[in-house]
Amino acid sequence: MISLTWQWLVDPATWTGPGGIVAQSITHLRISVVALLLAALVAVPVGLFIGHTGRGRWLAINLAGAFRAIPSLGVLFVATLLLLPRLSGNLAFELPVVLVLVLLAVPPVLSGTYAGVEAVDPAARDAARGVGMTEAQILWQVEFPAALPLLISGLRSAMLQIIATATIAAIVGIGGLGRYLIDGQASRQYEVMAGGAIVVALLALLVDLVMAGVQRVVVSPGLVVAKEH
Amino acid sequence: MRRTAVITLALSATLGLAACGGGSDPMDTGGDSEAGGSEDAGAGSITIGSANFPENELLAEIYAAALSDAGVDVDTQLNIGSREAYIAGIQDGSIDALPEYSGGLATYLNPEITATSSEDVLADLEENLPEDLQVLEISEAENKDSLVVTGETAEELGLTTIGDLSDHAGDMTLGGPPEFETRPNGVDGLQEVYGLEFGSFRSLAAGANLTVQSLANGQVDVANIFTTNPAVEENGFVVLEDPESLFAAQNIVPLLRADAVNPTIEETLNEVSAALNTENLTSMMVQVQTEGQDPAEVAREFVDENL
Repeated sequence: MISLTWQWLVDPATWTGPGGIVAQSITHLRISVVALLLAALVAVPVGLFIGHTGRGRWLAINLAGAFRAIPSLGVLFVATLLLLPRLSGNLAFELPVVLVLVLLAVPPVLSGTYAGVEAVDPAARDAARGVGMTEAQILWQVEFPAALPLLISGLRSAMLQIIATATIAAIVGIGGLGRYLIDGQASRQYEVMAGGAIVVALLALLVDLVMAGVQRVVVSPGLVVAKEH
Repeated sequence: MRRTAVITLALSATLGLAACGGGSDPMDTGGDSEAGGSEDAGAGSITIGSANFPENELLAEIYAAALSDAGVDVDTQLNIGSREAYIAGIQDGSIDALPEYSGGLATYLNPEITATSSEDVLADLEENLPEDLQVLEISEAENKDSLVVTGETAEELGLTTIGDLSDHAGDMTLGGPPEFETRPNGVDGLQEVYGLEFGSFRSLAAGANLTVQSLANGQVDVANIFTTNPAVEENGFVVLEDPESLFAAQNIVPLLRADAVNPTIEETLNEVSAALNTENLTSMMVQVQTEGQDPAEVAREFVDENL
């Protein structure tokens, strides 16, 4: 089994072509990144608003909790059967998947964002007000940069969940690395399943590593040093 | 401690008795009614079973209705389970007969089977059938793998057989369950037998309904669906003929315990097989699955009209 999996993984034919690992990884990443961006588009502004004003926190916490309880696979089937007749081409398969992934990613990004803003040192906020900054300036020049470490860890945690769940979404017929797990199981090619699982795990680690790199670059060194002390 | 032991003993005794009763009852009933069936000398009695899916239950009801019309004392034991379960049941005498599918049964008895046409599959089946079992005449009705297109596609491109796809396959998307892409009589077989190479394959792992929807909505142009799927008739899909027998034949055939067969039973079930075809079976499945009619009533209606 292990040697079969290894043979599958090192076979050049596994990696190339329209169904190859390279192509499927690109599809997987494309769907994942689109889902993360859409989730961020919704969750970051809402999170900033909640964090800055302190309003709606109760609602956000409970909504985010409720979102987490939604079973992705169930939503996926419902969304697919509802959207399939209304859309054409590949979009008909990918849109339901992206929708499910966005639902999945909103809670961690939302909590990361408002927790990040809330965790900003009140002294810094007061100082900003003291030097005459407007509320918008406080938000963008003080709170947002200071919230970045938690915001980005929210994004990273969301991305990991997206990549993992995009795998099972292959069941409704989209591309991506999940194809190896679903198709491998259906045709009893267990080395393909195992190999696919390994590639998904590697992709998730790689993406997390890249996002950690981004975090190092964009987070103000002052904050990092302050934490270390 | 002692009380527990007593309870355990009592329980196991009860269960043991129950198990004995369950196991021997059908046989007893069979014996009794056979003895008591003197009013219908020769017609005999039979217990009909079925696998655990709606079409097989419907077929079992048809057998039951036809046989009781012929004066046979009929008992039914439907929804038994998978092939592994009901073959054991027919061999131990719990049931005497049930509707089977030639290809499925032949593959169960001989996993290395290569035959695909109706005649070859039947020959292989008869060769490997244990001595205590017997199959009667096969029906032309089949529930098997097929390639299906929408009515519009069939008309536009003039398609009646799988081979007719040869000029168009390169621009078409084929959809079906994931295993269809890798198994020998799937995508590979289409290329080998019919020389078809589809533009792409969309793997639809979430069941036949998703495949049907994808075909109906045009996300795939050709789909791998079973021939008696009610959706074929409901959506006006066209099942492409398979003249080269790429897909193994799955003719419906009565399987009986050899010592349960008598001339009345044999003749009646052969009449049923002759009356059944894929189209009328599919229509009956629409009645049962889509319209929610009682399978026993649909079966009764079919027998009254056709036999």
